[in-house]
Amino acid sequence: MKKIILLLALAFSAFLSHAQNAVTLKAGDAAPDFKLKNVDNKDVSFGSFKDAKGYIIVFTCNTCPYAIGYEQRIIDLDKKFKSQGYPVIAINPNDPEASNADTFAKMQDLAKDKKYSFPYLFDPGQKITDEYGAKRTPHIFIVSKTAKGNVVEYVGAIDNDPEGNNPQKIKYAEDVIASLKSGQKPAITQTKEIGCTVKRKAKA
Amino acid sequence: MKNKLLKISFLLFLLFSIKGYNQNVKLLTINQLNERIKNGKDSTYVVNFWATWCAPCIKELPHFEKLGAEYKSEKLAVLLVSLDFKSKLASNVIPFVKRKNLKNEVFLLNESSPQEFIDRIDPSWSGSIPATLFIKNDKRKFVESEFTYEQLLTEYKKL
Repeated sequence: MKKIILLLALAFSAFLSHAQNAVTLKAGDAAPDFKLKNVDNKDVSFGSFKDAKGYIIVFTCNTCPYAIGYEQRIIDLDKKFKSQGYPVIAINPNDPEASNADTFAKMQDLAKDKKYSFPYLFDPGQKITDEYGAKRTPHIFIVSKTAKGNVVEYVGAIDNDPEGNNPQKIKYAEDVIASLKSGQKPAITQTKEIGCTVKRKAKA
Repeated sequence: MKNKLLKISFLLFLLFSIKGYNQNVKLLTINQLNERIKNGKDSTYVVNFWATWCAPCIKELPHFEKLGAEYKSEKLAVLLVSLDFKSKLASNVIPFVKRKNLKNEVFLLNESSPQEFIDRIDPSWSGSIPATLFIKNDKRKFVESEFTYEQLLTEYKKL
């Protein structure tokens, strides 16, 4: 009996320490729902968008140069696609103790300053971050609402031009939504997520 | 008068050459990196991918400086390739290189699509930094993790 408890404890601690090796969801996987606090102190989940056909979930943060570089493009995605049924939902995956400019208060400041038209959610304990297996900022997951529930359609980068100065950039996210809107599966369902590693507390 | 002009032009020349000397961070495409390694006179290349915004990268840079200095006589060249944005070359990268007084060759990667260049460095690379490519003759080894000096030395000696 004692042995079993020990084994269970070991298995559990292994599970905890492997949280940051959490498997990243891919196209076809179910997209787990969540209930996270937005910068306006209200909880947000998939259900907050009654008329949505899908969602553009972006794990992003206040601090990473890539997140900052993509900020305007994230704002533009929401501007363009929310009215078409695909709102942006931003989630900050960083631990505020590991990255002290990513606290809830600093997130509120940034969202207000840049007039975010989309929710910017705090993920206590990085639980949703690990359920999705988000590794970088920014890391996007495009989800569609289907009869079988919410399904991941695309995972990776917003486009292939982080610095944003290539006029011939491939806009992966926009292409995915164009396909979904025309009732087709996207041609590209996965790209490399490019950005800063999700910040975690140092391991004891 | 002539003398004065000469002096001024000499001072100007000095000023520009010093400036040129200090701005020793060149833009580098993957093709240029491959050429640099193929045509270089050294026999071993340790190519470290880093950025000024990457804390673990900055932490391990001194190890690469030490390795480069200590094994120069063994025909080792350490190349530090920054993944900072090109727009940060003058504002961040060059001042950083000056401040840290880096002696290894420093470059800034001149590629726009990580989706392509990551695989061209190594197909196993997730794109995360720090990451280091070791090249000796035909041997290539890619390591996507942070090093202590001992770990770095071990990898180098294993080549």
